[in-house]
Amino acid sequence: MSVRAMRFSARSVHMIERNALALRRNWMIIFSGFVEPVLYLLGIGFGIGSLVRTVPVGDGHTVSYAVFVAPALMASSAMNGAIYESTFNLFYKLRYTKSFEAVVSTPVGVVDATLGEVVWAVGRGSLYSIGFGVLMLALGLVASPWAVLAVPAAILVGFAFAALGTAVTTFVRQWQDLDTVQLALQPMFLFSATFFPVTVYPPALRLVVEWTPLYRGIDLIRGLTTGGVGPGLLGDAGYLVVMGVVCVAIAALRLRSRLLK
Amino acid sequence: MIATGAVRVVEHNALVFSRLWRGSIMVSFFTPLFFLASMGLGLGSLVNRGSGGVGGVPYINFLAPGLLAATTMQAAAFECMYPILGKILWDRIYDAMLATPLAVRDLLAGEVAWVTLRLLMVASIFWCVMAGFGVARTPESLLVIPAAVLNGLAFATPLLAFTATQRSDNAFSTIFRFVITPLYLLGGAFFPISKLPVALQAVAWATPLAHGVELCRGLVLGNLVARNALLHVTVLLAYTIVGVAFARPLLTKRLVK
Repeated sequence: MSVRAMRFSARSVHMIERNALALRRNWMIIFSGFVEPVLYLLGIGFGIGSLVRTVPVGDGHTVSYAVFVAPALMASSAMNGAIYESTFNLFYKLRYTKSFEAVVSTPVGVVDATLGEVVWAVGRGSLYSIGFGVLMLALGLVASPWAVLAVPAAILVGFAFAALGTAVTTFVRQWQDLDTVQLALQPMFLFSATFFPVTVYPPALRLVVEWTPLYRGIDLIRGLTTGGVGPGLLGDAGYLVVMGVVCVAIAALRLRSRLLK
Repeated sequence: MIATGAVRVVEHNALVFSRLWRGSIMVSFFTPLFFLASMGLGLGSLVNRGSGGVGGVPYINFLAPGLLAATTMQAAAFECMYPILGKILWDRIYDAMLATPLAVRDLLAGEVAWVTLRLLMVASIFWCVMAGFGVARTPESLLVIPAAVLNGLAFATPLLAFTATQRSDNAFSTIFRFVITPLYLLGGAFFPISKLPVALQAVAWATPLAHGVELCRGLVLGNLVARNALLHVTVLLAYTIVGVAFARPLLTKRLVK
């Protein structure tokens, strides 16, 4: 990488700084996003868990239902935090406040600003998911020392979805288009082996589910926190890295052609 | 007189809705479809294997009517917060309406009538989805639609009174995060309230949702005891009436100078 390119990326820090400053006004909104996965854990994990008892994971051993659901909620909160920030909030900045345009008219370049936005969205996803991971540890829902790696795994999940959200936002023309994002997120949350193992599905459907990004994130984090570690997890990580990099490239290219005329 | 005034308010809402109905009908259809498929069938298969369903019925039969009540609660909360504050504060539709022969009591009656219609739509679509999953089989189960509407109204009118006191929409996301979503997930729709810690059971029974869930579930499963039904309906009616009783003076104070 050339020195020039390196200098460009370093300036993305200013975008992050700008977002942090803006955040001081409404930190409560960010904080309260932490509540939802905890409620799902209580209601579904423990509430319904008392009716389910145990669930088989990967290599044949069984775990309690709360241990099964918790890593899925950790992955989902990384996704949710990253997606909301990179779709709704970014669209607002691009379309209404034009703060993105203001930023790229300074020495901060389009690539810097894009990277800055992605990193910022990853930060929000990571905040939720790592916070949730700490709660899992406190509640005794972590069954393996491999769980230490769930922290970088959650950041990776956040990165993949932040990049996806940023790329998608470059195609969004109006608020109504963002409803489609919502409409896609809900089934992904409900069907990605979040609440029941993928073995429940008929084989054809199972294949479809296994190719969705949230499934990959859940499989990765669940493998680490339940101790079902195998080479499949490297496949999950690879999938998320490729998705993230491709989406960042798409987002940067599209924003460049849109903002620099 | 009050009736014709209220009809005008309903007409206004219906006209706005006729421009935007697609998205909201889609949500009313797909959300129960996705939840019943995922939680009812997928997770339900684990519950049925683990403990033979709930109270002797397959999990999806237990879940569906409870989720219907939780859904009308959510819909009522949505209808009675942002759109109402919008008409008070943002586009000041109420000020415009009050400049005509309409009075505050017409606005209130009209809004309550409109939210009743919206809840009727939500509950009817839900019933169709539920029937599609083979849960609601009997004609008696159609009674679950008015029951779910009443459950929604028990949330709608108190929230309408609350909205009349608000100066911005800041508190609404707090209500969703700390009241509506916890009730949705913990209030009896997904698992029996008896599984909650005792202190929380008391809290749950003090809310309208627990009664709405029990009522809907009893009507769909066909095992409702008349005395319990009377209690549930009374609680839901009481919340609705008290809500209206608060909403009227609060809305008057807010809108009439």
